[in-house]
Amino acid sequence: MEFLFYFGDVFTPINFGLLLIGTIGGLILGATPGLSPTMAVALLIPFTFQLEAAQGLILLGAAYTSTVAGGAVSAILLKIPGAPANIATTLDGHTMAQKGEGAKALQISFLASAVGGVFGVLLLIFLTPVLAQWALAFGPSHLFWLAILGVTVIGSLDSKSVVKGLLSGCIGLWLATIGFDDIMGAQRFIFHPALGGGINIIAALIGLFAIPQVITMFAKGRARNDAEVLEVQKHPISGAIAELGRNKRAMGIGTLTGSIIGLIPGVGGQIAGLVAYDQSKKFSPDRDKFGTGHPEGVIAAESANNAMVGPSLVPLLTLSIPGSPTAAVLLGGLLIHGIFPGTDLFDNHPDVAWTFINSMLIGQVLMCIFGLYVAGMAARVAQVPQSIMAAVVLGLAVFGSYSVQSSMGDVYVMASLGVMMYFLERFGFSAAPLVLGLILGPIAEANFIQGSMIANATDGMAPYFLGGGLNIFLIVVVVASVAYSGYMELRTRRYISKEEIMA
Amino acid sequence: MSDISVPRLQHIIASGAVAAVGAWVTYVSYTQQPAEAFLFPRLISTVFVVLALWTFAKACLGWTKVGSGLSGRQFANMLPGLAVALIYIFWATKGLGFYTATAIAFFILLSLYDPASHRELRSWVKRVIITAIFLAVMYGLFALLLKVYTPREIFF
Repeated sequence: MEFLFYFGDVFTPINFGLLLIGTIGGLILGATPGLSPTMAVALLIPFTFQLEAAQGLILLGAAYTSTVAGGAVSAILLKIPGAPANIATTLDGHTMAQKGEGAKALQISFLASAVGGVFGVLLLIFLTPVLAQWALAFGPSHLFWLAILGVTVIGSLDSKSVVKGLLSGCIGLWLATIGFDDIMGAQRFIFHPALGGGINIIAALIGLFAIPQVITMFAKGRARNDAEVLEVQKHPISGAIAELGRNKRAMGIGTLTGSIIGLIPGVGGQIAGLVAYDQSKKFSPDRDKFGTGHPEGVIAAESANNAMVGPSLVPLLTLSIPGSPTAAVLLGGLLIHGIFPGTDLFDNHPDVAWTFINSMLIGQVLMCIFGLYVAGMAARVAQVPQSIMAAVVLGLAVFGSYSVQSSMGDVYVMASLGVMMYFLERFGFSAAPLVLGLILGPIAEANFIQGSMIANATDGMAPYFLGGGLNIFLIVVVVASVAYSGYMELRTRRYISKEEIMA
Repeated sequence: MSDISVPRLQHIIASGAVAAVGAWVTYVSYTQQPAEAFLFPRLISTVFVVLALWTFAKACLGWTKVGSGLSGRQFANMLPGLAVALIYIFWATKGLGFYTATAIAFFILLSLYDPASHRELRSWVKRVIITAIFLAVMYGLFALLLKVYTPREIFF
């Protein structure tokens, strides 16, 4: 119950103000199609430099939570999911809005998000310290395999092609080695003066997530934003609460599915929403009503994608393995303040860890309250033309990456990585494993070097890195995640081929 | 080569570029000294080059299933914006100063991609106003709030 000691810290004027800004800003950003939660959090990181670690994390955490929920606004009122996590919400949410139940859909969406989100954060509160203590038993070889696990799990599960996902992870690991070697001081892969100090993680994150989005908007040309915002009629909130009470099954399925999926590193909210929607439909006596504007569909999808947020931070805060791409960006936000996840975080910075986690709990409630008021405004923001969005995001990316350490080199690195990522994405590569490689690369290398020193002084490399129960367990998980993803990829292809033949 | 489709050729070029980078990283990792500093790069570059060559071979054989490539229309749409963005980032920010360059680039990008008519005076006025508001917000956020000192401007 240590978290209760730090509960009051959330309510200091600055912390609570930042929580409000993050929540309201996140709701608006989340409703804007094209601005994913990951990109929104990446663009916000430069604004946290001047803040204390806990304050910065409160802002980023609030933005993370509410961008996921805010995406439901454009999904319901415009039929455009604000984020991939809200795809399942459009299925019934927009139909409800078309039937004149837009306000009700928004209300149950925010209420379900809050219930799912609170459950997810409670899991985070109770699981994290236990796992963090367990992580104490980890030596260099285990930490090396954990870092590799982080890259391979996201590389294989988050990508449509396992090989390209793993290759993206390798590119990230290589990028992390650019600069001066920590032990020998040797120059490695410095082919441009801008790379002398290595690749700055924040500049890289901004470039990898924001620039491809900007170029994608350019590629659409002078496209008009014709999305029509559906009018929202007033609806009593008590009716929405009663609706939630009537659909406890969908609520439970969504919350549990989202929480479990959030705990698995690499699986994002997009899957959580869709799986919960599908499961809820299977178990519902009204399964025929799904897709026709049925509240159960909205409740299952929204409770799942917000329930995923808290648990996705469990592997991050305990083992340094982000559960989602946005969690990877949050890891970058932690590292710039010199804080390392795991026991260091809970033993040496408990105020930072618990204030951040508590703020996420309060943030869920604020998100629910403000979501209903901001929804109308957020839907209008979602109609902003892509030309303006592209120019705004480009400007923010340039200023944000420069402000990290007032270096033009960081701006060049940001732009180069961003343009490279756009083209790589067109050919099936994915940004998430590359980012994971970049972030986990130094952790993997430091533990590999430390481990090899121990190994050379003791049993040798193979017994040290490949022996022992925990090492073998981690290696088996690495291999199993790659094999499972490979199997699923082959199965999907075979299925598609059959469909093509039938057509 | 004449029977190779455009997406397949694009995949060959893209995976070929990745394989070339992988080969260079592997070469540098195994030839540069001190060897101890390149221990970890050797490990990852070996996996990197194997996966890159695998991807390249699949692209050459036409077995690539993931990634839609880039259509001519998308390329034509994206090219002017990308050119403006690259000139803005790699030259104008330092040459003209951050705020001047941002104002010019923002206005050009708006004009290039705004679906509103280019013949109406009203839409031009709207673009100027949006640019001015954006610049004011950026100045407020970065210069006044975060105290970020940007390179000296050309005009002031």
